Amino acid sequence: MNIDYSKEFQAIVEAYEKAGGDSKGILDSHFGSLVISGDKVLAKNEITGLVIKTRKIKDGVAVKVYVEDGINLGFPVHLCFGMLPKEGRQVIRSEFFIGKNSKVNFISHCSFPNAKHIVHIMDSKAHISAGGEMKYTETHFHSMSGGVEVFPKLRGEIGNGGRLYEEFKLVIGRVGLLKIDYEVEQGKKSICELNTKIFGKKDDKIEVREAIHLNGDHANGMAKSRLVLKDKAYGYVLGEIEGNAPYSRGHTDCEEIIQGEGAVAESTPAISVRNHLAKVTHEASIGRIDKKELETLMARGLTEDEAVDVIVEGILK
Amino acid sequence: MAKIILKTNNLSYKIGKKYILKDVNLKVYNNEIHTLVGTNGTGKTTLAFIIMGLSGYQPSTGEIIFKGKNITNLSITERAKLGITLAWQNPALFEGITVRDYLNLNRGSIPPEKSIEMVGLNPHIYLSRVVDSSLSGGERKRIELASVISIHPRLAILDEPDSGIDMISIEDIKGIILGLKKLGSSVILITHREEIADIGDTASLICRGEILKVGKPEEVSAFFKKNCERCNHVGDYNEELLK
Repeated sequence: MNIDYSKEFQAIVEAYEKAGGDSKGILDSHFGSLVISGDKVLAKNEITGLVIKTRKIKDGVAVKVYVEDGINLGFPVHLCFGMLPKEGRQVIRSEFFIGKNSKVNFISHCSFPNAKHIVHIMDSKAHISAGGEMKYTETHFHSMSGGVEVFPKLRGEIGNGGRLYEEFKLVIGRVGLLKIDYEVEQGKKSICELNTKIFGKKDDKIEVREAIHLNGDHANGMAKSRLVLKDKAYGYVLGEIEGNAPYSRGHTDCEEIIQGEGAVAESTPAISVRNHLAKVTHEASIGRIDKKELETLMARGLTEDEAVDVIVEGILK
Repeated sequence: MAKIILKTNNLSYKIGKKYILKDVNLKVYNNEIHTLVGTNGTGKTTLAFIIMGLSGYQPSTGEIIFKGKNITNLSITERAKLGITLAWQNPALFEGITVRDYLNLNRGSIPPEKSIEMVGLNPHIYLSRVVDSSLSGGERKRIELASVISIHPRLAILDEPDSGIDMISIEDIKGIILGLKKLGSSVILITHREEIADIGDTASLICRGEILKVGKPEEVSAFFKKNCERCNHVGDYNEELLK
């Protein structure tokens, strides 16, 4: 059966742009890309050194992405996932294999512009070989209905000298229900940075777990979360860092700002050290916007509301 | 004779029964640099915060008149819109906000490229930086002054712009403050350094929350050296503050 998906492709590209994506990245053949709508692969573009394999699974697609050894993909690889219907379930089971001394930058956008009740499960594994580097930026665009449930999960392994930079951003539209569960094992002299930036509104519920195990000596890991919670939104951040090897350094940094009455912010740093030469630190700030920041902007002529917007925009940028 | 741009009439500020400021009558003239001097804990910063209208700094008695208008009950924003602004001694940090955006908050009359150059920083390097802890204390101070310049204020209150600044940069800071005056602004300058206070047209010495002496900076300095250096008010006052 030959089905014309061109209209769906066009619609998902439009949603991708609303999420902040540059459609050039998925329309230009110089860029590696993958476009999935619901359980359908609408477009796929492989470039030298990049192999993308897809397989249909129940309610979604299993994806394996390979970056060959020693390849530096100069242009970012664009990933576009989403669903156009109001209701449904999408499962993306992805696995990334980053070769030795290779370097890749994934820019991923997930769009659910019409969602009334959508469940999006993003179950990922990342294997970064020695000296490999993977950057993964995931930006979500949801409707204002609040009917999206998102479950991003990542299990990562970083080889010796490897690097992983991960950023999850959901600041446009309603969050709905979001449960992030990231866990990374780090080898010798590896670097890991996990970042989340989320703006919760109305009765959105956000739970973030970022866990880093510093298993190799001189491994360096940081989990950083920025949540802004309005109305009756709820946010919880659990930052877990384990220093298991000599000279490993870890840090968890959580800032949650609540605006108005009704929002609730919670945070638990769970840090441990199992080697006397390791060091792990944490910092957390929860509550209202810093008074000095606010008054500085007001002393430049901004109203209180304008000042709050500027500060929030900066934090979530 | 120059016009008064700001005056405080019998301004007092109390915490509990304790006076932090008592019957302060300050007069700042148009296009004047007016330095506030005095030892630590004498109420200089409190006076600056009250003039700016920061929360928790409402005067207990007295009034603040700016350009002939009673602004005692105006909000910070309303005062800023009238032309008053403040540079904090330890300026706030802003995650994710670039220097360019910070200097262009309300699209002031002076563009970021010019205001950053006026404080001796290279726009090509600094405008894309973020106003966060990646800046050194000295860089942040200069950016704060650029931010003040960018809105072309009628009255700039500068709280120790010279603190934490190396001796070489002191000359730059003096130049920046004189630059503000050249733009037509009046300046209330809080400082501990004589070499900075000297650029003022007028100085007021504050002791234990009261204005003790007003005059030319050299007169006030001479008065301070003669009467205040051996005065035990400082120690007494700080101890009381700590209670």
